[in-house]
Amino acid sequence: MNETKEAVGQADQFEQAEVIQVVATPQSTARVHREHRTTIGECRVDNPRMRCTDVNVFYDDKQAINNVSLDIGENEIIAMIGPSGCGKSTFLRCLNRMNDTIDGCRVIGEILMGEENINDPRIDVVPLRASVGMVFQKPNPFPKSIWENVAFGPKIHGLYDHKSELEEIIVTSLQRAGLWDEVKDRLDQPGTGLSGGQQQRLCIARTIAVEPEVILMDEPCSALDPISTAKVEELMMELEEQFSICIVTHSMQQAARVSRRTAYFHLGDLIEVGETEQIFRNPQHQLTEDYITGRFG
Amino acid sequence: MQGSTLVITLLALATLAYYAGRSRAFAVAQGKLRNLHSLPIYYGLYTAIWCAAPGLLIAAVWLMLEPTLITKMVLGGLPDNIRQLDKSRLTLVLNDIRNLVHGHAPSADADPALLKAAEHYKSLTATSHAILTIVVLSIAAALGWLALTRIKPHQRARNTVETLLVAFLKICSSIAIVTTIGIVLSVLFESIRFFEAVPVTDFLFGLKWSPQTAIRADQVGSSGAFGMVPVMAGTLLITFIAMLVAVPVGLLSAIYLSEYASPKFRAAAKPLLEILAGVPTVVYGFFAALTVAPFIRDAGQALGLDVASESALAAGLVMGIMIIPFVSSLSDDVINAVPQAMRDGAYALGATQSETIRKVIFPSALPGIIAGVLLAVSRAIGETMIVVMAAGLAANLTANPLEAVTTVTVQIVTLLTGDQEFDSPKTLAAFALGLVLFIITLILNVIALHVVRKYREQYE
Repeated sequence: MNETKEAVGQADQFEQAEVIQVVATPQSTARVHREHRTTIGECRVDNPRMRCTDVNVFYDDKQAINNVSLDIGENEIIAMIGPSGCGKSTFLRCLNRMNDTIDGCRVIGEILMGEENINDPRIDVVPLRASVGMVFQKPNPFPKSIWENVAFGPKIHGLYDHKSELEEIIVTSLQRAGLWDEVKDRLDQPGTGLSGGQQQRLCIARTIAVEPEVILMDEPCSALDPISTAKVEELMMELEEQFSICIVTHSMQQAARVSRRTAYFHLGDLIEVGETEQIFRNPQHQLTEDYITGRFG
Repeated sequence: MQGSTLVITLLALATLAYYAGRSRAFAVAQGKLRNLHSLPIYYGLYTAIWCAAPGLLIAAVWLMLEPTLITKMVLGGLPDNIRQLDKSRLTLVLNDIRNLVHGHAPSADADPALLKAAEHYKSLTATSHAILTIVVLSIAAALGWLALTRIKPHQRARNTVETLLVAFLKICSSIAIVTTIGIVLSVLFESIRFFEAVPVTDFLFGLKWSPQTAIRADQVGSSGAFGMVPVMAGTLLITFIAMLVAVPVGLLSAIYLSEYASPKFRAAAKPLLEILAGVPTVVYGFFAALTVAPFIRDAGQALGLDVASESALAAGLVMGIMIIPFVSSLSDDVINAVPQAMRDGAYALGATQSETIRKVIFPSALPGIIAGVLLAVSRAIGETMIVVMAAGLAANLTANPLEAVTTVTVQIVTLLTGDQEFDSPKTLAAFALGLVLFIITLILNVIALHVVRKYREQYE
């Protein structure tokens, strides 16, 4: 047994060396993809909020993610970048089990949150999703009033005993989302009537109203104009003090601006992970460098 | 030439013109398509339209005016003693002449003057048709030839053909509108005649419905009371019962099918629901009359209740079953139209499936569901066959579902079937009822469509 493992390990290292050389020409990437690539950089941190080990995701027979291991640290923003279809959104959705809602999607591997493996099918997703909130690409406020949008989470989780407590939750959430001043006079108006950027901040307010530990953001600014984007980014950096934020983004500038660590995904593999500055200044892997310098993607 | 032969000849000519136009286009292009403004097919169509359309139009107008003109001419040729008859007698004479022309009446024992007139009629018709044939075919040939010679490489045949196609589509769509307006007007005019005999207020607010009018002066018991309140109340009672059945069952089944059911179950259950929608209403009718009504009566008797054998309950229940697929498929559509992003948003906040449905999907879909229910109500109000067979004729003003009631549609059917004279208030009442029914369903549909449109805009 041990011998075989060692042999596989050596083979891995060998392939790794080869990959770096081969991948320089784009045509050869398809061939190389079949092999599993080891992640370059340190995927572990001290005191992680979440620790993913060997996560694989399949859509029916098609494998979308291969053996990804990654830690989500405490109070950090971690950005996930990579070309379209590289599996970064799929990986994000593993972290609060949103992949459950997709037919034919299987997630294999261990995702620890504290002592608990949240990928265990027996786990109750309701408290999990309360502690791992999510903000989507397109702002999706419910067709209810602004008040009701923010009150939705606290109501279904029973987070208050008196109406005054609910009011306090709503006001603080809107304040922390930087939306309070803009909407305080029209809390009874429908949330769908706000501008795109305001809607997205409403969705963030709705998410932080249930006091999660981790917030997942799936390209939260791709439907927004630059000014709204700047506001959301500012907001993220304020929220970092209290939450861990995982953000999937197509904008490398955004990743460079807001995140502390960056993970680069390529065709279902986690290629490289490290401090954002190091990833953008001095990428170790050829693929990462090609992507960051805009050679493909 | 007969009308149909003429049309066929014209179409054959048009086909010829099409090919001629197409090859002419090739010819003027000197074998290079690039030289042409439009594809050759458009030049063909252009020629064919010029060839056939004016001829068809002339033939249509001609054939429409022909009978009136010929009748006038025949009338002019009649002897004075016949011409001076009064109008209604004259119509009879004309009828006789037409019968002679078409061979429906024996010519042996006919008045020689009429026979002569019939001959005149025949010869006039023949002449007219001959002239028509010549005129139409020569116009078709002339215009077709003209169009053909006018084909030039830079002519915008495509634009002309497209414009004409749009005009044709416009005519088609206006046929539906014009027909609707015609129906409404005919109902309206008959109703106005009715309201000349019976005051509108008596009709709308009268509490007694007994449409049998006395034919002779000495007839007793046929008072002729035309108060529509009991009839309307019966309609609403049955509709209400139907909705009590259809709305919860239809809505909940739609929720199950669109949110919970596995694709396999959904694939099996949806066609079954559609079969339910495909059952002819007359089948529901005898199901109601022969199965449900006796069952309810027996069940009522077992409980010591007095149930009429044609109870509103039986008709309403069966009508509700009939409407279930209607409500279900409309609700299914609006529930599916709620964007997946709404579901994702709710799930990501930790809502369970039923919380998502109750607090997000259902409120989002509510306007659409209300619109669907309104459409279902207007269908239930207009439904005829089930109530004809299962509801009674007695116009009882009651809210008790166990008693027999009658509905607007049932009354219309009873008033207009069989031999009727069409100038008594009794038959005209049917048109007034129809008008009321039409107005109610129209209002419901307008509200429903308005709500649906508003709802659609919400997600765009």
